[in-house]
Amino acid sequence: MEDFSGFPLEIADENKPMVSFKKVRKAYGSLVVLDDLDLDVAAGEMVSIIGPSGSGKTTVLRMLMTLEQINGGVIYVDGKPLTHMGKDGKLIQANERHLRERRTDIGMCFQHFNLFPHMTAIQNCMEGPVQVLGMSKAEARDRGEELLELVGMADKKDQHPSRLSGGQQQRVAIARALAMRPKVMLFDEVTSALDPEVIGEVTNVIRKLVSEHNLTMLMVTHQMGFARDISDRVCFFYGGKIEEQGKPADLFGNPQRERTQQFLSAVKEAV
Amino acid sequence: MFDWLLKDEWFPKFDWRWDYAWEILPRLLEATLNTLIAAAAGYLIALVLGLVFALAQRSDSRILTFVVREFVEFVRSTPLLLQIFFIFYVGPQFGITLSPWISGMIAIGLHYSCYLSEVYRGGLDSVPKGQWEAATALNMTTMQTYKRLIIPQAIPSAIPGMGNYLVGIFKDTPMLSVIGVAELIHTANSIGSETWRYLEAYTLVGVIFLALSLPAAGLIRAFENLVRRKLGM
Repeated sequence: MEDFSGFPLEIADENKPMVSFKKVRKAYGSLVVLDDLDLDVAAGEMVSIIGPSGSGKTTVLRMLMTLEQINGGVIYVDGKPLTHMGKDGKLIQANERHLRERRTDIGMCFQHFNLFPHMTAIQNCMEGPVQVLGMSKAEARDRGEELLELVGMADKKDQHPSRLSGGQQQRVAIARALAMRPKVMLFDEVTSALDPEVIGEVTNVIRKLVSEHNLTMLMVTHQMGFARDISDRVCFFYGGKIEEQGKPADLFGNPQRERTQQFLSAVKEAV
Repeated sequence: MFDWLLKDEWFPKFDWRWDYAWEILPRLLEATLNTLIAAAAGYLIALVLGLVFALAQRSDSRILTFVVREFVEFVRSTPLLLQIFFIFYVGPQFGITLSPWISGMIAIGLHYSCYLSEVYRGGLDSVPKGQWEAATALNMTTMQTYKRLIIPQAIPSAIPGMGNYLVGIFKDTPMLSVIGVAELIHTANSIGSETWRYLEAYTLVGVIFLALSLPAAGLIRAFENLVRRKLGM
């Protein structure tokens, strides 16, 4: 039985982070993907995660979305434990009910969009609010149309995903995630599966979210220029750890660690 | 030059009587209706129970998965005829006495539900994992995910298999004749034993089966296309 005595039941600090990883460990068998990860993300902060493949960066988002179980440590969202729950004054592994309760704060967009192919764009955006939040169809439709407007997809609201380009699908997926009114949005390589000419339409939507909405965002990306433009902070992951982090201007302009320098120069050469 | 081949005694006398065929046709058509009802009822049971078996085999409970898996294997590995006899003749020993009709439909429904559960399983497995992840990200329950996302997407690819077993179940209804369900073969047998004329009755039964089975394949394909279009896939 793992001992969670070192972890608080709740972070009640006034300036508590929106997301907090505390000594989080993830391993597949003997392969350690994340090693005692500590990472705090403030409310409203936009954090980009960069790094070579296999460095554990996508796993960070997947654990936060509870798509993967963690093998050690605790993740807190808005001060309350996500992966664990309090029982008799101690933390124990979260059950499905607790996860369902705490997941409402988090939304996610995927590399391959994962839209529901048998539903139109607007139906995709209504599904969560109607089924999960118990919203009326009329209200969910209004909200969905508003969000499709925000991502510039209002004119395609009655199209099925198969009729939409990758960039358009991803914009619908962003609207679908926003329809649940999450406090934290996760973007997992949302432009990696897109043709170069449509990447801009998705990054522009994210830019708009950053400037106009007070969402906390974590983004895994290979678009260094984009990360540099819009992030409040950039974390460089290497071998399951944060090798270096800082303001984008510092990390990209003046990387301190050798591995960061190597990675950034390799990326630069590829472009 | 082939005259020697056409010796009369080499050919059985082909004694087809149209008037007699017309006479027995109404009885056979009535039996056709019974056959269709038996097939439809059995298929309905199989459709529902098959889905239950398929979902049970995907559940988190290892015991449930194991029990259902073994049951499905057991049913698929024993003859339908034996299962029909068992339910009808052995059932009463356990205090379960059922009419031929009910036992027949339960047997056929149960038998085919095991085959259909495999068809469903293939369809359910074909839905990409990303759909489950998107459902989790929207905080949907497992039940909601199956009902709203996974099953609707699994159906189109399962339709050809489901259609095959619809035809299969229809062609297996004659087995119910052994416990006295008045379906086509049973009726043809009675007609034959009454008059000692079997040719017309059995031929007509064959024609009826053919007439109903042949268009099925085309209809099933058309239905699949319709469903896919309705789902926008």
